[in-house]
Amino acid sequence: MAETTNVDEITRNPTSIEGFSEEGESLSELNTGTEQLGLKKHSHGNAPVIPEASRGERLKSYDLSDFAPLTGQEEDWRFTPLKRLRGLHSDPLTGTAPTVTVTGAPNVLTETVERTDGRIGSAAIPEDRVAAAAWAAVATATVITIPVETVADGEVLVDLAGTDSTAAAQHVVIHARRFSKAVVVLDHHGKATLAQNVEINVEDGAELTVVSVQQWDDDAVHVSSQQARIGRNARYKHVVVSLGGDLVRLTPSSVFTGPGAEVEMYGLYFADAGQHLEQRLLVDHAVPNCKSRVTYKGALQGKDAHTVWVGDVLIRKAAEGTDTYETNRNLLLTDGARSDSVPNLEIETGLIEGAGHASATGRFDDEHLFYLMARGIPERTARRLVVRGFLNEVIQQIGVPALEERLSEAVEVELAAGNL
Amino acid sequence: MSTLEIKDLHVSIETEQGTKPILKGVSLTIRTGETHAIMGPNGSGKSTLASTIAGHPRYTVDSGSITLDGEDVLTMSVDERARAGLFLAMQYPVEVPGVTMTNFLRTAKTALDGKAPSLRHWTKDVKAAMGQLRIDADFAQRNVNEGFSGGEKKRVEILQLELFHPKFAILDETDSGLDVDALKVVSEGVNREHSKGEMGTVLITHYTRILRYIKPDHVHVFVDGRIAEQGGAELADRLEEEGYDRFTATETAAVQA
Repeated sequence: MAETTNVDEITRNPTSIEGFSEEGESLSELNTGTEQLGLKKHSHGNAPVIPEASRGERLKSYDLSDFAPLTGQEEDWRFTPLKRLRGLHSDPLTGTAPTVTVTGAPNVLTETVERTDGRIGSAAIPEDRVAAAAWAAVATATVITIPVETVADGEVLVDLAGTDSTAAAQHVVIHARRFSKAVVVLDHHGKATLAQNVEINVEDGAELTVVSVQQWDDDAVHVSSQQARIGRNARYKHVVVSLGGDLVRLTPSSVFTGPGAEVEMYGLYFADAGQHLEQRLLVDHAVPNCKSRVTYKGALQGKDAHTVWVGDVLIRKAAEGTDTYETNRNLLLTDGARSDSVPNLEIETGLIEGAGHASATGRFDDEHLFYLMARGIPERTARRLVVRGFLNEVIQQIGVPALEERLSEAVEVELAAGNL
Repeated sequence: MSTLEIKDLHVSIETEQGTKPILKGVSLTIRTGETHAIMGPNGSGKSTLASTIAGHPRYTVDSGSITLDGEDVLTMSVDERARAGLFLAMQYPVEVPGVTMTNFLRTAKTALDGKAPSLRHWTKDVKAAMGQLRIDADFAQRNVNEGFSGGEKKRVEILQLELFHPKFAILDETDSGLDVDALKVVSEGVNREHSKGEMGTVLITHYTRILRYIKPDHVHVFVDGRIAEQGGAELADRLEEEGYDRFTATETAAVQA
């Protein structure tokens, strides 16, 4: 998988390696020529879509009625099978949300607050109908606060245990006060049909890692908006790991509000037959001298396994000195899987350090296998070597050894299930 | 002392136009310590021989045999052949996503030896071999062949040759795409390993220039899936002057390799 270093290079050299496409927009072209994938031509062409003039102009509102009912033709919903949302976009969200249990780090404060609490809405404004519906439906929220200048005493483990498949709403606020430091793990599991808002407020000089693990039961549906507001000189790392669930759609965003901040966003997803795992990111460089890095990696196996990655990076006029790079890589392990990858970079100022993106989707094919086996490596080992190595880059970023180990094992289980 | 013996080998491939015979009766015996150059025009079947020895699934052996010290190579899987001591330096090494060179080399070495190499010695060996082949140290952390230039890929093939110590090395156009400096570096690597006296070498090449650096004991000229002529090093000199014209002049149908 080749990596291109800037936008120009992508244009000049769109398919430098046989069997690999770079740049998400050319993905469907490749697939068109690969009959065994059984894919339709160009995924963009299904419905007429009126694009926004800028990603920065997308509608934001706390009011559900501002969002029109979804048709599936909206730019930001065009890859999502609405029929499988189990009513999250259309029905009242009256089910029981996953039970939240917070453990670890005794010096971190956990509260359950009424929806009138001022901290709700401090970092996020809904950007789509499901997020707005969840916003409207919740009665209470869980607020996790890392106090000023406090280093959390160990990881903050937020267990979210789903017990109800009726459409439900949930709200979590993670508030890293100024100069605090913490790792917060959101561990989603069980059964659920969940519309969720996670607000993340990273104040000036704070250092926060948020890991969101989706290890749901097979039939779970989870739509989660995870918006972060990043203060001056803050460090924010966001890691998503999506393995289980029928449909998981995450929209993580990072909005810089003060200069000198750094954001890293990582993602790992492993889709099996029939699974739909979608992630749509936004990095909003609204202020000068901030840095962002995005790395998402996905593996797919089985019929109709579908992953979507859309990475929007917006460099606004004021954001001079911005340094940004985003990468998405996908590995198709079997025929019949489909991966959509769309990096978008919008630049309103030329006075930046750097801006680039790369997207590569490749197949693990017979030639890889031959090469490794010709060096004495047995077939089974060869296949696992490739997938494990590929996904490990993201797992390593978590920084919680016990969780890293658990997720590595979970990936092994996925691999074993695919008879690799 | 080992012997790699190829007897009356017939190999074909499946194409859209049907089955196409490529090798039409090749016999060749290589012993430890010998260097054989296999030369010939494009499409004569040189690379097919190399890939068939390594067990590439694209090639079907219709008849004949390949044995390594009497053991039937053709019934072995690709990885078994490697573990038996056969090494193919590939003409077009593929990029393997997600696997670092370090991880790959150690996994292969472990598979080949049946036990993990001693970490201390192994790291030192890899470093030294990379240095000699003038491969940048940071390649160890890069994914196998990913983003490597053509010349870098070939050096990495020879790096593996030097680390794995095969009984027989088949170098499939290792010289193609190399500039003079890289050609020297790569040739020195092959010579280093060969000079230990425990390896037989089969050098497949279209051009004679690599033979200035790696001296063959035997030269075989492939034309249309057969050995058209064989001799000593002097045959290569003659080819350099005359080219393949005198062999191909009588050929009407070129064969794709």
